[in-house]
Amino acid sequence: MSKPVLSVRGLTVEFPTRRGLLTAVEDITFDIMPGEVLGVVGESGAGKSMTGAAIIGLIDPPGRIARGEIWLGEKRIDNLAPDEMRKIRGRRIGMIFQDPLTSLNPLYRISRQLIETIRTHLPLSESDARKRAVKLLDDVGIPDAARRIDDYPHQFSGGMRQRVVIALALCADPEVVIADEPTTALDVSVQAQIIDVMKEICAERGAAIMLVTHDMGVIAETADRVAVMYAGRLAELGPVASVIKDAKHPYSQGLMGAIPKLGENLDRLVHIPGSMPRLNAIPQGCAFNPRCPKVFDKCRIHRPAASEIEPGRRAACWLYPEVT
Amino acid sequence: MSDTLLDVRHLSRRFDVSAPWLNRKIEGKDKVYVNAVKDVSFTVAKGKTFALVGESGSGKSTIARLIVGLLEPTEGEIVFDGTSLARGLRGAEARRLRRRFQMIFQDPLASLNPRWRVVDIIAEPLRVFEKTMNDRARRIRVGELLTLVGLSPEDGIKFPHQFSGGQRQRIAIARALAANPEFIVCDEPTSALDVSVQAQILNLMRDLQDEFGLTYVFISHNLQVVRHMADEIGVLYLGRLAEVGEAEALFATPQHPYTRMLLDAVPDIEMTGRRRKKVEGEIPSPIDPPPGCPFHPRCPFANERCRIEIPGLTRRGVQAAACHAVEEGRI
Repeated sequence: MSKPVLSVRGLTVEFPTRRGLLTAVEDITFDIMPGEVLGVVGESGAGKSMTGAAIIGLIDPPGRIARGEIWLGEKRIDNLAPDEMRKIRGRRIGMIFQDPLTSLNPLYRISRQLIETIRTHLPLSESDARKRAVKLLDDVGIPDAARRIDDYPHQFSGGMRQRVVIALALCADPEVVIADEPTTALDVSVQAQIIDVMKEICAERGAAIMLVTHDMGVIAETADRVAVMYAGRLAELGPVASVIKDAKHPYSQGLMGAIPKLGENLDRLVHIPGSMPRLNAIPQGCAFNPRCPKVFDKCRIHRPAASEIEPGRRAACWLYPEVT
Repeated sequence: MSDTLLDVRHLSRRFDVSAPWLNRKIEGKDKVYVNAVKDVSFTVAKGKTFALVGESGSGKSTIARLIVGLLEPTEGEIVFDGTSLARGLRGAEARRLRRRFQMIFQDPLASLNPRWRVVDIIAEPLRVFEKTMNDRARRIRVGELLTLVGLSPEDGIKFPHQFSGGQRQRIAIARALAANPEFIVCDEPTSALDVSVQAQILNLMRDLQDEFGLTYVFISHNLQVVRHMADEIGVLYLGRLAEVGEAEALFATPQHPYTRMLLDAVPDIEMTGRRRKKVEGEIPSPIDPPPGCPFHPRCPFANERCRIEIPGLTRRGVQAAACHAVEEGRI
């Protein structure tokens, strides 16, 4: 069995505020294997983007990693100094954000942004870096890359811009790419194209992807395994097909039932009452217990850990006895 | 066939997006127009849900605004329950018709006044339309409406920011229902919401439809949501209707190549292992649409005729598609 390229152990992110300590992410543990796509899914406020930000070391103060470790291969990266982290960010971990217009500088040509990124991380000459940049744009499916490289971001359409951002993330051949809602701002037909590009590129280069999204459809198309997050905690983790077809945690079951599907025509969708608790009002015990249809006494007092319920599957729910 | 409540006939709307006059004079530019909606016709039956789907720039929100009268059509006519809402409809007649339809917008934070209490927000249509209603009756009615959408009457004293996104959308729905409308135009009512909350709102909207016999025009870019809600669907592409038809039939046997492509692009969440066909290209700019059929640059079935002649809707059973290839039986 190969070693995980990225390993997150018991990660906890806290925000000290005037009104007390808010825990945005609590005790998250997962591994990503080389070449694997791990989907992280959850509703707004579930802590999925915060987990991504913690891995790349971009949590806004006063937020901080309170507990836990993050390992990139053999190197522990959660306690690095800012300038050491800067060498890893972009070089060994690539990033793709939701809105391509904000991740590209509108005043610089694409060529300058790509070449600068490549030369920051790799010892290449200007002309070699340019060749590499054209090759990258070509790989992500931008037609006539050699000419378009000298265009400005506003001259590209939304889908093409997101391709440029993917090329930018891949500049230095990173081992892991953190993609935070990469297709959310795009139309369905363009979204399908971007999913294809990401899958192809990462399969070719052997880069692992952590795909953060609220869209279960994108996960179903792209990911190998999926982690379902709720109120900053891991609810369930397992292979995509088994989580989608046979969700174990009552929250993932409700989430799957709440999505209208093309293949069926139901009168009513599954209804999870209420909404996700705010960070300052997370209930005692299991965070999902006030909304859970299968709640019992233990859930209201003790918090379940995400323990293994089947080989390769974890769920944080008292319904399932831990497999030892 | 049930009664027609809304009849949209050859509706077009053009927007002037020219540079300012002085720039045009100095730089020698012409006026520039966008045809946001071009020659769209459809009918909505009483008590049914008609959905408009399309990607960004397809003109779906413009149509919503034209129907409720926030915009005036450049050409064409909208007939509501036998009365034409033609340009120039003013005064008492207009007010009488207007109270029969309402609108729900995408972002409830933008459509609810942040400085008004919820009770005032919901009571506003009552103040406008029910002039004889006294304060007490109005307060009782607001309480009923809040209960109806799954909130409590005590929530009325709060401000919009004290609610979650889903609850805010419930408030918007309560306000829309305040005037007892028959017809509600919903412009992407759930696209700002999380899936579990979206399910709550969609369920609520269907319950209200059953209870009050409401008619919806439902606008969305999300095909799964449209499939769940609609009885009839119109697919828009660059301001024109590519295909209209009964929801079941349209999803089972899509005719227009664009509808087929759109359905293919929907992620396979049921993990059926269905192979997706590759989607080609993107929507062209509506300022400079391609001649002939607007979809021809992306269409695998396009031929010479498609590049020159704009196809009209041809009806076949419960579906109609605007496509030369379908009409000629090539696909």
